[in-house]
Amino acid sequence: MGNVDLNARIPNNVALNEDRRLQRALEAWQPKYIDWWLEMGPEGFQADEVYLRTAVDVGRDGWAHFDHVKMPDYRWGIFLSPQDKERVVPCGDHFGDKAWQQVPGEYRNMLRRIIVTQGDTEPASVEQQRLLGRTAPSQYDMRNLFQVNVEEGRHLWAMVYLLHTFFGRDGREEAEDLLRRRSGDVDSPRILGTFNEPVEDWLSFFMFTTFTDRDGKFQLLALAESGFDPLSRTTRFMLTEEAHHMFVGETGVGRIIERAADLMNELGTDEPDKIRAAGGIDLPTIQRWLNRWYSSSVNLFGGEQSSNAATYFASGLKGRYKEDKYEDHVALEGIYSMPMPKNGGISDEEVPLRNAMNELLRDGYIGDCEFVIGRWNRTLEKAGRPERMFLPHRRFNREVGIYAAGDYDIEGNPISDAEWAAKVDGWLPGEADMDYVKSLMKPCLEHGKIASWIAPPKKGINGNPFEWEYVRYDGSSAGVALGATPSLTGD
Amino acid sequence: MRVNPPTITSSEAPALAPVRFETSPAAYKHWTFEVEGGIARLGMRVSENDGLREGYELKLNSYDLSVDIELADVVQRLRYEHPGVRVLVIESMVPRIFCAGANINMLGGSTHAFKVNFCKFTNETRLYLEAMSAECGIRTVASLNGTCAGGGYELAMACDEIILQDDGNTAVSLPEVPLLAVLPGTGGLTRLVDKRKVRRDLADVFSTVAEGIKGRRAEEWNLVDKVVPSSRFREYVTDRAAELGEGEGPRGRTPTADGVSIEPLAGEYTDEGVTHRHVALTFEGRVGTITVQAPKQGPPADAAAARANPNDLWFWRMARELDDVLLDLRFNRPEVGTLLVKTEGDASQVLAWDAFIAEHEGSDWFVHEMLCAYKRCCKRLDLTARSLFALIEPGSCFSGSLFELTLACDRSYMLDDPDHPIQIELSAMNRGPLPMSNGLTRLQTRFLGSPETLEAALAHEGPWDSRAAEEAGVVTISPDDIDWDDEVRIAIEERASLSPDALTGMEANLRFAGPETLETKIFGRLSAWQNWIFQRPNAVGEQGALTLYGRPERPVFNWSRT
Repeated sequence: MGNVDLNARIPNNVALNEDRRLQRALEAWQPKYIDWWLEMGPEGFQADEVYLRTAVDVGRDGWAHFDHVKMPDYRWGIFLSPQDKERVVPCGDHFGDKAWQQVPGEYRNMLRRIIVTQGDTEPASVEQQRLLGRTAPSQYDMRNLFQVNVEEGRHLWAMVYLLHTFFGRDGREEAEDLLRRRSGDVDSPRILGTFNEPVEDWLSFFMFTTFTDRDGKFQLLALAESGFDPLSRTTRFMLTEEAHHMFVGETGVGRIIERAADLMNELGTDEPDKIRAAGGIDLPTIQRWLNRWYSSSVNLFGGEQSSNAATYFASGLKGRYKEDKYEDHVALEGIYSMPMPKNGGISDEEVPLRNAMNELLRDGYIGDCEFVIGRWNRTLEKAGRPERMFLPHRRFNREVGIYAAGDYDIEGNPISDAEWAAKVDGWLPGEADMDYVKSLMKPCLEHGKIASWIAPPKKGINGNPFEWEYVRYDGSSAGVALGATPSLTGD
Repeated sequence: MRVNPPTITSSEAPALAPVRFETSPAAYKHWTFEVEGGIARLGMRVSENDGLREGYELKLNSYDLSVDIELADVVQRLRYEHPGVRVLVIESMVPRIFCAGANINMLGGSTHAFKVNFCKFTNETRLYLEAMSAECGIRTVASLNGTCAGGGYELAMACDEIILQDDGNTAVSLPEVPLLAVLPGTGGLTRLVDKRKVRRDLADVFSTVAEGIKGRRAEEWNLVDKVVPSSRFREYVTDRAAELGEGEGPRGRTPTADGVSIEPLAGEYTDEGVTHRHVALTFEGRVGTITVQAPKQGPPADAAAARANPNDLWFWRMARELDDVLLDLRFNRPEVGTLLVKTEGDASQVLAWDAFIAEHEGSDWFVHEMLCAYKRCCKRLDLTARSLFALIEPGSCFSGSLFELTLACDRSYMLDDPDHPIQIELSAMNRGPLPMSNGLTRLQTRFLGSPETLEAALAHEGPWDSRAAEEAGVVTISPDDIDWDDEVRIAIEERASLSPDALTGMEANLRFAGPETLETKIFGRLSAWQNWIFQRPNAVGEQGALTLYGRPERPVFNWSRT
């Protein structure tokens, strides 16, 4: 790949054409990435032209450049938010030092681990969602799915850029491993549990983009406070894209709730069976999906009391959500009062603030999720419905952290194994729920059409209407696109 | 394990319940143990709140002494109670984690003396496990089905084979240096380059990467013997264990062989000492006395007869009791700095037992196992950081296997009193089957600089009297009856006045002349450095890494090197 060719194919603001080290690394990695995309990216539709946003610059206009493009030809680029030359390490023991432009040797391994763990989630979510295109409820939604997918791909590029540029041979090997692991693969799974759970239906996809991508947002917010400036700048730019993913999730679930509310009003009943008979998804089912994906995502913040989290903060590698809102950026004195399981009950214990950084970030996340729930409930309110959605307690259904060992009900009260077993079907999706939602997953791929279980969006993409051709089918996939029953591999 | 009320008098240690070392499967809190056919499976499932002391939780399969006491018991019982077993598989019963090593908070909250003795005991246990392969033909497989860090990896390295799950995450690591500013103190660095022969530069890289090495590279660097994908992992381990377990074990360790069950010693532990059937420990101030009684009866007629009433056999029981007393001394009586070793009874009975052991140890697994128990116990004595003086007095029986005790001592005093003649005599036990950790016998080590003296001693037929013994060099000095009391009293008083630290260092240096082995390196080089580092501010000072581990502050180092 020549320099000119490289720059044209890889939009960037990192002077790629002058960086021999990065060029060499990308020359080897980029073809493998494309192979991965073709193998593990969206199933089908790779030859179709999708109306996608491509980042070509970090300026206001540059990152929202729209065009119909075949996904394998998508120009995955490398962008960092503009550098602030005066920036200092925003927190920890090095607070106030000039921000690092190179990796400090003593933090190299820790930083690599942080970047690899973050990077691993990006291709993972593409893999989790790869079969969903076939069952999209509308072209608009299909386009949004692919937009999310290509941008997760770009986020992988962003992390790989850091690995290639700052971590030498180890970094290049880690970058290859990011393409080698596979979501849900028993032999080579993705690093974090949630990213190995299949996203098999669109309700899950919207929950995932609402709750799991929101974890991503908060991790990126914490990394944006890193003293390692290239990481901070990379994640700042990623956040602009992440916002769209959460928009897709939140409005997606919102539209399903809206549809359920309309059906309840039309039929004059809130009985789940009747809503289902009319082709909608009833609110209790939506709530169970919410419970599942929210509780799974809450795990991603890690242990409540964590020496790793303390070290990351102390070293200035990871800050707090909105670090500049705090007065004390060293955080050595503070105490966090944490409810701890003890003798079958819960009692508060004081934890040094630095060791509670994961919990602090989780607090921010939960607050953000509450806002989402509030907006969904306004939809119900507007429709004149008395029902309300809610967030389960953070202790509910945990697999990581101090609450993983015990059972807690949806309100966070400790319960027995027997109680859990008796009640779990009301809280989490059961087999019958799964079968029902799966039965709704029928393709609705002609533009202007929409599935029975979801309301259309208020407006389309980039000023275009909902009824617009967001995906132009290539002849080869038209048969699939226009309604023939798809065969889902791995189904 | 915790039987008696606190008796510790150390000024360094708070009053803690004394540690007891006998346990049994019914009392295990941290391990599961199953035998099926020739394969034993030992599952680690450390109970967080069942540690030896308050103040720490044994998370992530991390261990403290209580976990290791059980491990030592498992290894011992496997050797005696399950002679049909050919392979031991060690695995974790906790998902995603094999073992996180010694518990950091436990180490952080322990006295220096406890840390040193903890490491010594865990090292002895791993060597006992390791020796099982050569001594009993029981092969060991570490089945790493989850992350394996620090002491966890050191345990794995004590096994014959390490199989690592390749799932993209599971790694082996020695994070002590980068994370805690101490050493992997349970043989880790030594086994890395001496046993597994990992190239020194790769070992250097490995020992400074806190997150460790996983997958193919772990196999390429010989950190593990095989990496296997998760989907085939269990099956591979099972197949490999079956493969290693083909054929019969040595010395009649056949699938149908009956085991010998280990019964509790039921010793009496008081403030005044420990009383077992054949071994007693008493104190006077900072001077302790171990007295070993000779057998009252001769050995059984043959190996089969030995098994009829095994827990009453003098040789085995004496070894177990002596072992228990030494551990009690180390952990529960830190201020007893000088230890007098005495024996009482009929030396001919000791020699008769030695002949019995020598005759049958080559063909009978149980007799051989008794020998191994005494070998281990003598090594434990070599490694006990107390001044050891043997007092050879009238009525004593320091012959053959018991003479080995005088050879383990720093000095030996033999009374020369024509009215009360004393004799000492060698047996087959002094000629090879009880090597020290340097691989040589105690006599070989004693006479390193004078092979002809060694040869003459070995060629000597029958007993020595006191004067002849001093001339032959097999005792330090033989004062006559007029000098004896003063000579011995002054030696003891002088010894008790010297710095315990300096004595510990001096004795450890003088006891192990001769070649280096994996064992001597672990107890000498590795432990000595570790003990130094454990005292240094960079580890245990207010801003030391070990002190601050898990706390919000980061360590601050003094950058001067020695």
